[in-house]
Amino acid sequence: MNIFVLMKRTFDTEEKIVINDGVVDEEGAEFIINPYDEYAIEEAIVLRDEHGGEVTVVTVGDEEAEKELRTALAMGADKAVLIDMEDFDEEIDHFTVAEALTAYLKEQDYDIILGGNVAVDDGAGQVAPRVAEGLGINQVTTITGIQVDGEKVEIERDVEGDVEKIETSLPLLVTCQQGLNEPRYPSLPGIMKAKKKPLDTLDIDDLDLDEEEIAAKTKTLDKYLPPEKGAGKVLEGEIDEQVNELVSLLKNEAKVI
Amino acid sequence: MAKKVLVLGELKGGELRNVTFEAIAAASQVANGGEVVGVLFGENASSHAEKMIHSGADRVLVAENDELKQFTTDAYTQAFLQVVESEKPEGIMIGHTSSGKDIAPRIATKLGAGLISDAVDVEVNGDDVVFTRPIYSGKAFEKKQIEEGLVFATIRPNNIAPLEEDTARTGDITTVDVDIKDLRTIVKEVVKKTSGGIDLAEASIIVSGGRGVKSAEGFKTLEELAEVLGAAVGASRGACDAGYCDYSMQIGQTGKVVTPDLYIACGISGAIQHLAGMSNSKVIVAINKDPEAPIFDVADYGIVGDLFDVVPKLTEAFKKELA
Repeated sequence: MNIFVLMKRTFDTEEKIVINDGVVDEEGAEFIINPYDEYAIEEAIVLRDEHGGEVTVVTVGDEEAEKELRTALAMGADKAVLIDMEDFDEEIDHFTVAEALTAYLKEQDYDIILGGNVAVDDGAGQVAPRVAEGLGINQVTTITGIQVDGEKVEIERDVEGDVEKIETSLPLLVTCQQGLNEPRYPSLPGIMKAKKKPLDTLDIDDLDLDEEEIAAKTKTLDKYLPPEKGAGKVLEGEIDEQVNELVSLLKNEAKVI
Repeated sequence: MAKKVLVLGELKGGELRNVTFEAIAAASQVANGGEVVGVLFGENASSHAEKMIHSGADRVLVAENDELKQFTTDAYTQAFLQVVESEKPEGIMIGHTSSGKDIAPRIATKLGAGLISDAVDVEVNGDDVVFTRPIYSGKAFEKKQIEEGLVFATIRPNNIAPLEEDTARTGDITTVDVDIKDLRTIVKEVVKKTSGGIDLAEASIIVSGGRGVKSAEGFKTLEELAEVLGAAVGASRGACDAGYCDYSMQIGQTGKVVTPDLYIACGISGAIQHLAGMSNSKVIVAINKDPEAPIFDVADYGIVGDLFDVVPKLTEAFKKELA
């Protein structure tokens, strides 16, 4: 089975966000594989081990993302591809990234493509469904379980807390939701092996794409932090008094009940 | 410029979801004196169309094909694209829900359009339509605009105020013929796991538990409070990782991001990744044994104490108050 994983390098979820003049300050920040993409990588490895084939992890970014690609290889992926946007002069948004991935995948022989449900930095969840549409294949988003049997695929999908049991078939794109699996940590031998696994770099010209045609369709005017919250009121006295005071505050001051 | 804006409404449990009314409110701003056209798919869609008009839509297009009874990506994408083709709108608003998130990017790609996902606010100044959306799960925000052409956004539940319902408003309700074929997905079964059908994203009150809840059994204490308040129950990553509850309940940067009117955090210390998911709630109450817990930094009201002492008393007090 030919398996592809769409991966994004993101800020560590533990990072505080610093913004200067509308731009997020990346200085000194830790980067990680987007946590939802880790589920995708893990599931891809499990599917390969069960059905044979190869796992290729693809990202759109710059050479800094090689670190996260190597981590994916150390987890057990077979190949990595970086679509390098370093020399891309136009603005980039979800449309741009999806077009680049679609152009790459159109030239590949894929059975299943896995991605994260959402990236924890931007939080839009647009890229994977856009790629599925671009390729003209079916998609199932927010999956929490998957079984592949030949062409047939059985999926459990999280729908706002409820579970949909779905039957579909390959080729297919899925996005992974929490609860799907427990991503493995790279092992030491895994890390050693990863150094020798292929990591190819492509750019927009290699994909026969025109910069202007895939330039962003949206523009960001500003980024900013929410106003700081003033310190709240910690209640005092016996628990019973505190409870009664809280109920009265929620009713009369905050007016939320 | 006045625009024609389509709003895809959404039915859940036989009712229109609140986010539909919120999306209509956003659409009427974007329309800027133009036309707001509701679109509704599913069983008995026509019987709900009038409510979309009362809430601000000028007219509503409905399709009740059997294939639209249950949401599937293919059926809803095909049906909506056919409506877009015949209506040629200048704007599209869809709720940022499980199904909205699923189809909006596909529709945008098919239309060669930009899309702004998860908008919490919209401002219109002349021809400029600017959306605000959270980034880093609410640790920060950004303002975004579509470069040109179709103004397309998904609207996060619980943020944009709906217009006041006006039962005197009238408008055409038209059944449209849509042709749906080659469905690649069959939904065999839907297993209900949510308690009382209150979705975290749309809940106006959330009672949430962390490691301090100590066990799956411990969550019953929170469920009792939630029941009295008509609230949804959420959890921190710590509680989910410890197996006290299902991951579908997780709130935080790797879970759901919520903005209820009232968020009651019980036995949650307040790790930064949890705070990202809930700190934009309107009012936050923290109940924790540890007075140094970071959750108190974002709480409007705090009680330092054991949640197993405090929460049952709170449940009783609310019972009396709300009786």
